[in-house]
Amino acid sequence: MMRLAISPQAAAALVPDGASVMFGGFMGVGTPERVIDALVARGARGLTLICNDTATPTCGVGKLIEAGCVTRVRASHIGTNPSTQKKMIAGEIEVELIPQGTLAERIRAGGSGLGGVLTPTGVGTIVAEGKQIVEVDGRPFLLEKPLRADFAMLRAHEADYHGNLTYRLTAANFNPVMAFAADNVIAEADEIVPVGVIPPDSVRTPGVLVHHLIRRPQ
Amino acid sequence: MDAKEIIARRVARELRDRTLVNLGIGLPTLVACYVPEEISVAFQSENGIIGFGAPPPEGMEDPHLTDAGGGFISALPGAMSFDSATSFALIRGGHLDMTVLGGLQVDAKGLLANWMVPGKLVPGMGGAMDLVAGAKRVVVAMQHTAKGKPKIVEALSLPPTAARRVSLVVTELAVIEPTEDGLVLRERAPGVSVEEVVANTSAPLIIQGDVLEMPIAS
Repeated sequence: MMRLAISPQAAAALVPDGASVMFGGFMGVGTPERVIDALVARGARGLTLICNDTATPTCGVGKLIEAGCVTRVRASHIGTNPSTQKKMIAGEIEVELIPQGTLAERIRAGGSGLGGVLTPTGVGTIVAEGKQIVEVDGRPFLLEKPLRADFAMLRAHEADYHGNLTYRLTAANFNPVMAFAADNVIAEADEIVPVGVIPPDSVRTPGVLVHHLIRRPQ
Repeated sequence: MDAKEIIARRVARELRDRTLVNLGIGLPTLVACYVPEEISVAFQSENGIIGFGAPPPEGMEDPHLTDAGGGFISALPGAMSFDSATSFALIRGGHLDMTVLGGLQVDAKGLLANWMVPGKLVPGMGGAMDLVAGAKRVVVAMQHTAKGKPKIVEALSLPPTAARRVSLVVTELAVIEPTEDGLVLRERAPGVSVEEVVANTSAPLIIQGDVLEMPIAS
């Protein structure tokens, strides 16, 4: 199944104001920067960001925060971006902090048809407030619900025109799980290679999950 | 030798041969500089790698190869990378032998607080809650006091990171082991008296016989 490669601007135009968007990346590493720049340029508003962290004001999803595109953040860490904290305190952005492993598992659950996950992480802390505790063999676990989004914006190393993706080193991070968990999945790759070039065993995100690729820079 | 170096050198003596270890951002990462020569330790970083080494020489960095703080690292022979869900399966699933984390407070029950100061600083828990919930041993590496105020306290005034008792607390003054009966003073730093440790600690310390002088890796 061939996938269309669209421009970052065309990808940004697909995202309506108010949409929820997952972004791969960890401190900006493995983040689709060209899509982010296009969303900033389009003046997107009211986005809900689902991502590991909010990087820095000049890097990764931090640029969306800085440009006022975001009203809600669901992340594990915002400490490296003073703008996120400032806007949170000012009431401009609502922040839900989620333990990193729980964030990964909630997204995995959302993408794999599970009703949630049971995790020991967060038991006995603020994170447990309002959540169901399920005891399994005498051990308490938190029921953490699945998480999905309207869009997942991924950063890959190689893509082919079937949408198959590979990742490099620590740039994979949240990208592979997010690929399963959104209604529209858009991938920005370092390289787009002809179909057949990526060995099947090297594909880490099956192309069937990816709706659009971002065109290589002109 | 400054406080941080004393702490890192002492924590390094807790490392065991052929184990998997996660070092938190900040002070804990210094521990990697003092691994005893006779042992081999694999370091994991929660953004998705096992087997990383020191930062490469300037100009040889790989933008897709970073630690959890976003700093450039190198991959040692035998290294492997993986996505965030796998990374936290390693952490939560009992596959991680030890984690070294920074701390804001530890209390008489051995509970750790290290992720937020309500109303002041809300960086988020990142991977800390999963690490404390899941690692076989949790070692807290922190300075004994902050602005002259004890960080080892009777009861936490900050939100806990987990309901679990940490394994060991290492400061520039002492090594303290939280046990079921309370905090046991195991060692004092060279040149530091037991009285000095007690005076800088606001939780009761259990002192049994002679308190050994802290051995510090050279």
